[in-house]
Amino acid sequence: MRKPATRKRLVPYWLLLPGILWLLVFFAAPLVYQASTSLQTGSLEEGFKVTWHVQTYWDALTEYYPQFLRSVLYAASATLGCLLLGYPLAYVIAFKAGRWRNVLMILVIAPFFTSFLIRTLAWKTILSDSGTVVSVLNSLHVLDVTSWLGLTEGERVLATPLAVVCGLTYNFLPFMILPLYTSLERIDGRLHEAAGDLYARPFTTFRKVTFPLSMPGVVAGTLLTFIPAAGDYINAELLGSADQKMVGNVIQSQFLRVLDYPTAAALSFILMAAILAMVTVYIRKSGTEDLV
Amino acid sequence: MSSTTPTASRGPLTALSSWLRRNLVVLAGLATLAYLLLPNLVVLVFSFNKPNGRFNYAWQRFSTDAWTDPCGVAGLCGSLTLSLKIAIWATIGATVLGTMIAFALARYRFRARSAVSSLIFLPMAMPEVVMAASLATLFLNMGVDFGFWTILIAHIMFCLSFVVTAVKARVMSMDPRLEQAAQDLYASPVQTFLRVTLPIAAPGIAAGALLSFALSFDDFIITNFNAGSTVTFPMFVWGSAQRGTPVQINVIGTAMFAIAVLCVLVGQLAGSRRKRS
Repeated sequence: MRKPATRKRLVPYWLLLPGILWLLVFFAAPLVYQASTSLQTGSLEEGFKVTWHVQTYWDALTEYYPQFLRSVLYAASATLGCLLLGYPLAYVIAFKAGRWRNVLMILVIAPFFTSFLIRTLAWKTILSDSGTVVSVLNSLHVLDVTSWLGLTEGERVLATPLAVVCGLTYNFLPFMILPLYTSLERIDGRLHEAAGDLYARPFTTFRKVTFPLSMPGVVAGTLLTFIPAAGDYINAELLGSADQKMVGNVIQSQFLRVLDYPTAAALSFILMAAILAMVTVYIRKSGTEDLV
Repeated sequence: MSSTTPTASRGPLTALSSWLRRNLVVLAGLATLAYLLLPNLVVLVFSFNKPNGRFNYAWQRFSTDAWTDPCGVAGLCGSLTLSLKIAIWATIGATVLGTMIAFALARYRFRARSAVSSLIFLPMAMPEVVMAASLATLFLNMGVDFGFWTILIAHIMFCLSFVVTAVKARVMSMDPRLEQAAQDLYASPVQTFLRVTLPIAAPGIAAGALLSFALSFDDFIITNFNAGSTVTFPMFVWGSAQRGTPVQINVIGTAMFAIAVLCVLVGQLAGSRRKRS
């Protein structure tokens, strides 16, 4: 009788083995390898000196801190933009759509299926200097204000921070809408009625009932947009110029063009550490540790 | 009637402003939807453009040339088939491995369970560029030739976690009494699994597989680091952004959108009909 019992106890391990091995070899091991690479310099023999280690990280930070700051700033703006734009749509789908709910969900998910690079390139057409958007914004003097704020330059939107943030916001919007919708949809409609019965005005109901109950979706959505946005280099490359380079662009060019692997490794480690730190603080602050 | 009294002009204005206030959320939501769909519309419109020169950014004149000859650009359809091939294999690999992990996590208590859970969670919480660069460093140091296999390995790696999450959610929400009932009716463990467990888990597995396919087919960042000189469809589009974008790319983009919407609609119709009968 002992044999089958042991065999049964081993079942979960056999189920896990291939997949976990895959992740250990192709996800975890590369990260360790990356760490050792960031300690190396030109030749392998010199690579493991502690002084060099600090130097590569320090050099990377001092040289590329503008790109780091920009990544955090752009990603944070895009996340805020996604929240402001995504919340009303998620709210409408959850509470107001009625029989249109499925159609709206399809319309939110469908853009996913056109290659996102093609869609990002489409923004180049939309925001082009001679395009409708720019001329309308220009005649409304919006661009004067945004130029003054440093978001755009002169009479153009392409190759400015605004274009990059607009692209980032667009690209990660579904990642905000879907978790928001999931948590809004779970809210019991009777709570709204109860708030109304207690003479809460619609906005008060939203502030005191709906929004707090949707916090899990807000936290999940902000993480799902902020993390990929901070590492993205596609929007900065396609919609920005040399002045809008983010840290992802630096890692990409260090790795694939300059072939300076230690710097690329150090940069990606700093990015990873910074994001992990920010995410940890954020999850603690929002008090939803059990979510993830 | 010629002179508008203040009360008369205030009437419709107040009505309008109160209507606006009542429907503010709906209008904001629809504006977001327009923002989401605008690029798709532009891709559709510009797939009928006849551009002047290499770049398809300004409207010139109407033409269906690109639609009648979608493979007319060197390398485009080759990259598309390669992407499809990789996406299919990556989906199969990630779905099989991910479903096994999901069952282990949802059904068994074992040591290292929390360590496994965090190993599953981490790839989803890491910027793609970090994963991409570190995997490429590993391949580089092992002297592996970049190409089809390195792309496939990378794609299975990052799709795995999404499959686990989708399947685990489904299996966790399933009533364990259903399996007990099957066992009480003398079903063998294999029969129970095939006749009860698997059909109930199927929507989760399908969702994971669909997500893997979409993620793999559309992935650029990880592929960019691990492809070498192999060109997948997103790599082709990326390259074309510098060289000049052929109209055919808009055709493919529009076709992908249309096929996806059709598939979803058919799925919905089939689902609602099944529910009714």
